[in-house]
Amino acid sequence: MANYPASQPGSQRHTLSVLVENRPGVLARIAGLFARRAFNINSLSVSPTERPDISRVTVTADVDEVPLEQIIKQLNKLLHVLKIVELDPNSTVERELVLIKVAANQSNRSDVLEIVRLFRVRVVDVNPESLTIEATGAEGKIDALLGLLEHYGVIELVRSGAVAVTRGPRALSEKVIGSEVTGR
Amino acid sequence: MALPTPLQAFSGVPKTHTGNDKQTIIDGERMTGAQALVRTLEDLGVQDVFGLPGGAILPVYHAINDKTKFRFTLVRHEQAAGHAAEGYAVATGRVGVCIVTSGPGATNMITPIADANMDSVPLVVITGQVGVNAIGTDAFQEADIVGATYPVVKHSYLVTRAQDIPRVLAEAHYIARSGRPGPVVVDLTKTAQTGEMYYSWPQRMILPGYNPTTKAHGRVLADAARLFAQSYRPLLYVGGGAARSNASKEVAELAEVTGAPIVTTLPARGIVPDSNPKNLGMLGMHGTVAATAAAQRCDLLVAIGARFDDRVTGKLSAFAPSARVIHIDIDPAEIGKNRAPDVPIVGDVATVLHDLIPEIKRSQAIGGKLNLKPWWDSLNALREQYTITYDEPQDQPTDGSLQPQWVVEQLSAKADPATIWVTGVGQHQMWAAQLIDFEKPHSWISSGGLGTMGFGLPAAIGASVGSARDFGGKKPVWLIDGDGSFQMCSEELATAFLDHAPVKIAILNNSVYGMVRQWQTLFYQQHYSQTNLLDGEAHSEQEEGTSEFFDVPDFVKLAEAYGCVGLRAFTEEEALAAIDKANLINDRPVLIDFRVWKDAMVWPMVAAGASNDEVTYRPGTQPLLRHADENGAVSGSTGVGTLSDAGF
Repeated sequence: MANYPASQPGSQRHTLSVLVENRPGVLARIAGLFARRAFNINSLSVSPTERPDISRVTVTADVDEVPLEQIIKQLNKLLHVLKIVELDPNSTVERELVLIKVAANQSNRSDVLEIVRLFRVRVVDVNPESLTIEATGAEGKIDALLGLLEHYGVIELVRSGAVAVTRGPRALSEKVIGSEVTGR
Repeated sequence: MALPTPLQAFSGVPKTHTGNDKQTIIDGERMTGAQALVRTLEDLGVQDVFGLPGGAILPVYHAINDKTKFRFTLVRHEQAAGHAAEGYAVATGRVGVCIVTSGPGATNMITPIADANMDSVPLVVITGQVGVNAIGTDAFQEADIVGATYPVVKHSYLVTRAQDIPRVLAEAHYIARSGRPGPVVVDLTKTAQTGEMYYSWPQRMILPGYNPTTKAHGRVLADAARLFAQSYRPLLYVGGGAARSNASKEVAELAEVTGAPIVTTLPARGIVPDSNPKNLGMLGMHGTVAATAAAQRCDLLVAIGARFDDRVTGKLSAFAPSARVIHIDIDPAEIGKNRAPDVPIVGDVATVLHDLIPEIKRSQAIGGKLNLKPWWDSLNALREQYTITYDEPQDQPTDGSLQPQWVVEQLSAKADPATIWVTGVGQHQMWAAQLIDFEKPHSWISSGGLGTMGFGLPAAIGASVGSARDFGGKKPVWLIDGDGSFQMCSEELATAFLDHAPVKIAILNNSVYGMVRQWQTLFYQQHYSQTNLLDGEAHSEQEEGTSEFFDVPDFVKLAEAYGCVGLRAFTEEEALAAIDKANLINDRPVLIDFRVWKDAMVWPMVAAGASNDEVTYRPGTQPLLRHADENGAVSGSTGVGTLSDAGF
């Protein structure tokens, strides 16, 4: 027990969906909690949802079961957190958007384009000295793509962090009571 | 599908949509936000408020007048307002309320907020804030107190509109006192204080993310009863949560029904009378040998409103190694945080125990009770052999000063049985916890989790105000403090005198930071780095003039300067006379400067990070380390008991 820092190398990847009230400062509370409980996360993305009163935070982290449970409990203590769901990879669609600027010139541009075609990703900007590629997908695909492109020289890279929804017709926000209060 | 709205969660201040600030509520009495704040506190039943005014909170102070229904206690430093509110809350079970200004006023409150958060004390802290348009401009006395206190509050608010004040205060008060109690910060912008609004009461609270569980559900109670039925060596490990939950009756009944011994943590002292034979006292770093041994050897550890703090468990992996654990706590996050329980029970301690006791009785009616006599025999033997004493040759002062432990025992013996005891932090705190005869719950106020030196005097003032409020002043307040701890908030003598808080102050003056010195003696080769205070040399040394300065400050003169009675005791006769005199004075604060021995140490002790099995009863005696001696008999270790080196 008490095995902090909570994130250990070799731990399994977990994805948490956290529904929070859409109020100022909520993200600061969540981020601060991760920091002070020594909980390292891989990615964190926040966005509005189908309901104006609720925002959704998607967190991915490599963490063991016990510290994960502790983090869920600590998150639940924040009053602005409405619901936390650990998403099961088998019943979840998870995507991440990546923009990659590759150093591709006349001599090797066609090789890069071949990779783009194989991975069914898109080129969104072309320059005599570079190609900018937009890729979406699950983490494995993105990592494989990056592995291949690395060879040509990645000038710039930005990842959106994973977002995920469960399969099927239901919403996580069903039955969640929000609030019309917008102040902190 | 509703269109997505701009994401507020990122930003610091609410977005101002056009029309959003439009006054929509026009029912109720028209007044300013500041007036609404005062009215809300009155309607919440708040009767005592502590604080100190300042620029950004002036509209609120303007609204406090002779007709205001609560009593206002003006302190001399914001930190003291917080600690006084804590003392008040613990003594009365009410919510402590403070009102301070922005910037430095608010940052001075961080220590008491953190202290209340660690010890689960219900507090509502109202801070001023600059106007909405000045936020983020580094305005005069601007501090992002909501941001600064994120890690140490239960919840916090930034109020930008006057209309929100009654609702936010109602929510803050409810959050502070319900579930696991804790501090709630309400940061009131000047805009909200001066704005016009329509006041109505009661208010509807909007807290979709807050549903504390108070009642245990279903099977866990039966599971717990089953573990009791299988246990030959059960132990109730009772923490501050039981005190907050007012569960002293239930704890005593559970001990009676199950026959299990009780050990308590520091904040739970007094939850069960010390005269109750089931009570083995405090466990942990400076606990009794019997209590610590009970935890190490039990086969069933029932944690009741306790959180397995490192000062209790010692080396966590070696704590209660053979025990199965039932953990009862209102905060789900405490369960499994440090120790995995076999039966987790989330709920209010008093409610859970109230439901658990019939379940255990039912199980006993079927299966009978196990014989706990061997367990009790072994514990009673330890209890008798290793009482907390100070009569060994090495405990005798070498400089003619008083024994601090003796002073504490005399204070306890001569005090009114209804006394509320308050302490600072340090050696005196541990001696008070060990040696005062606690017979009533809610009679012990101390800073546990955060260990805030300087907590004592303001908390005692708060307790005194609480005693006047709820007990007609019939509970006298004794503050036992150290010379170091006392000096961290000594300016509050003015508050104590002028606000009629007749606290009785016993300073165990050893002229050093005693607990730090004890660690320096044990772990840092007697290198007394920066621990000499020179504020209370013993009588004999004073005559010899071994140091250039003496008695800075002179506590007796200090007390008199603040209008209080100051007494000093070098000898036992003087001490007894001073205690008697102090007990008779009820119209003003009394301070007694007891000159005690600087080399007295708190025993027993478990070194930080060591296993509780290594508890040192006295230097050289580690009774729980068992080994076979030459005769083959198993006995406690009496070899060279070295306390292992460790950090604070």
